[in-house]
Amino acid sequence: MENIVYLLDGFQVALSLHNLLFMLIGVLLGIVVGVLPGLGGPNGVAILLPLTFGMDPTSAIILLTSIYWGALFGGAITAVLFNIPGEPWSVATTFDGYPMAQQGRAGEALTAAFTASFVGAISGVMLITFLAPLVAKFALRFGPAEFFAVFFLTFCSFIGMGKENKAKIIVSLAFGFILAGVGIDTISGDMRMTFGVTELMSGVDFLVVVIGMFGISEILLALEEGMSFRGKNAKIDPIVVLRTWAQMPRYIFTFIRSCLAGIWLGISPGGAVAASFMGYGLAKRFSSRGERFGQGEIEGVIAPETAAHAAGTAALLPMLALGIPGSATAAVLLGGLMIWGLQPGPLLFVEQRDFVWGLIASMYLGNIVGLIVVLSTVPLFAAIMRIPFALIAPVILMMCAIGAYTVANAEFDIWLMLIFGVVGYAFKKLDYPLAPMVLALVLGDRAEDAFRQALIGSGGDLSVFWENGLVTSLMVIALALLLWGPISDGLSRLRSRRPVAAE
Amino acid sequence: MSSFEPYETESGLSRRAVECIVALLLCAVAIAVLWDSYGRGAGWDGGPQSGFFPARMAWLLLAASAVVFFQGLRAERGILVTWGQLRQVSMVLLPLTLYVLAIGYLGIYVASVFFLAGFMIAFGSFRWWTILAASVLIPVITFWVFEMQFEVPLPKGPLEAMLGF
Repeated sequence: MENIVYLLDGFQVALSLHNLLFMLIGVLLGIVVGVLPGLGGPNGVAILLPLTFGMDPTSAIILLTSIYWGALFGGAITAVLFNIPGEPWSVATTFDGYPMAQQGRAGEALTAAFTASFVGAISGVMLITFLAPLVAKFALRFGPAEFFAVFFLTFCSFIGMGKENKAKIIVSLAFGFILAGVGIDTISGDMRMTFGVTELMSGVDFLVVVIGMFGISEILLALEEGMSFRGKNAKIDPIVVLRTWAQMPRYIFTFIRSCLAGIWLGISPGGAVAASFMGYGLAKRFSSRGERFGQGEIEGVIAPETAAHAAGTAALLPMLALGIPGSATAAVLLGGLMIWGLQPGPLLFVEQRDFVWGLIASMYLGNIVGLIVVLSTVPLFAAIMRIPFALIAPVILMMCAIGAYTVANAEFDIWLMLIFGVVGYAFKKLDYPLAPMVLALVLGDRAEDAFRQALIGSGGDLSVFWENGLVTSLMVIALALLLWGPISDGLSRLRSRRPVAAE
Repeated sequence: MSSFEPYETESGLSRRAVECIVALLLCAVAIAVLWDSYGRGAGWDGGPQSGFFPARMAWLLLAASAVVFFQGLRAERGILVTWGQLRQVSMVLLPLTLYVLAIGYLGIYVASVFFLAGFMIAFGSFRWWTILAASVLIPVITFWVFEMQFEVPLPKGPLEAMLGF
């Protein structure tokens, strides 16, 4: 119950006019970011992060998380009206959302999508409210060895649970770690992997990499296919909204299934993209109208959106409680916390109580603001998509350049952004996952420090990683997740073989 | 779709070639990191040396990219990106590179005027006054927001110096 009191205090922080205004601005910017190709959640937050350096951290993080909510909402608009997923997690929304728009039911589809997003996000925030403090309290007992074990677990689950080619996930992770190591080594003071380039001494900033890999590369991909978008019109009026809401209770089990799938994949770094497909798949399998999915079923819009947002929100839980982000955007937000001088992790709940609960309260409010804003402004944002891409694209590229420069006031960073834009384009074309790389880049230094501190503490003895029950079980879970692929393959092969043998 | 009939489909870079080239580049990165790390010491000296962690990661990268390389050799024949698409991409990449180069000399605002105008002329079908208005107004607004409102200095060039900023 203690938590409820803190949460109410948090609402007092978040409910100031000042912070509500930031929420509104954040949500609006976020929707723009979500609607425009080439500007995604991680990239949008990364570009705006440097502008918030001078702000009070609570307002700054409220602004940035609101951008995240807005981006989550915005992705659905283009998915339904234009059949273009504005964000990767909206791909599954296009399956039934666009057919609905073609049948003239765009308003209904959008209302369903936004409501589903809202429900998913709120379920994720509730999980954070009740679970995050417990996880943080538990993690207070962690030493360097335990922290390294948790990092190890995160990376193992990426490799084990990832749907992409395993070798490519490992390439992406290792590449991220190497990039994180560039520059002056904090423990020994040595210059690492600079190859004599003085600009590299201060290291490669992850924000610059994110802007290049998610922004520039996305524009390059979009331009491959030419530059025109043609979309459907949507009118949302209160009657459509109320009529759609009246149907919602019918799909309560779809909501619950998708929330659970989303929360699970959000905490383990499966991410919103995997969650949206899983939510869609589950709904298709269990719905009585499953065979009509893909022809404009409202349930086919609700399921992926709920799951994607539950995952997107739940991804913030490990970021807050352990300092380990569950998604690329959460990784960028985590980087922001560190820049503002807040050390993410369990101590945050003890030392920065106002900040944490203000943030959690703002998640509730931000989603309410988001839902209202997005329902009332759809036509406006659909109009943005009608601005010729030949004007939008250079403006986005310019914003990316400005964002990269402002990180450290270095022109060299603009060049780095360009290079990583090309790298990101190649990686995306070849299906290398980018999220593991961003995570490794953000966490690399801390994982390495934890590793070295643990070993210095033990005098170089590797047995420190299985000396007590806690660290041993973390390592065992990590290895189990790492080998999850072969294990589950083996199990399903056994299962499929049995009926054959019975025949 | 078989590669024996190249005239049937649009030609371009094959997935196999690109997979292998990228994997080889990644191998090269790994080798460079190994060379750098072992040069400084990647062993154990009362605790891990500064090259210890990067070297382990580089071995991992080397192994994984070697696997990708051999998978790439066996990849299905198919076009990853057609020449037409690649031309579109380079038509953006080239002006973008020039833009970044120009930022160093002209400052970001003046460079943006040329970049926006060039892009709109090359890719769009706008009336000349739309191009003029957009390419001048957007950098001016940016200047107002960043330099005046947020007081975040962006790269400036001779024009701004002449105007006293």
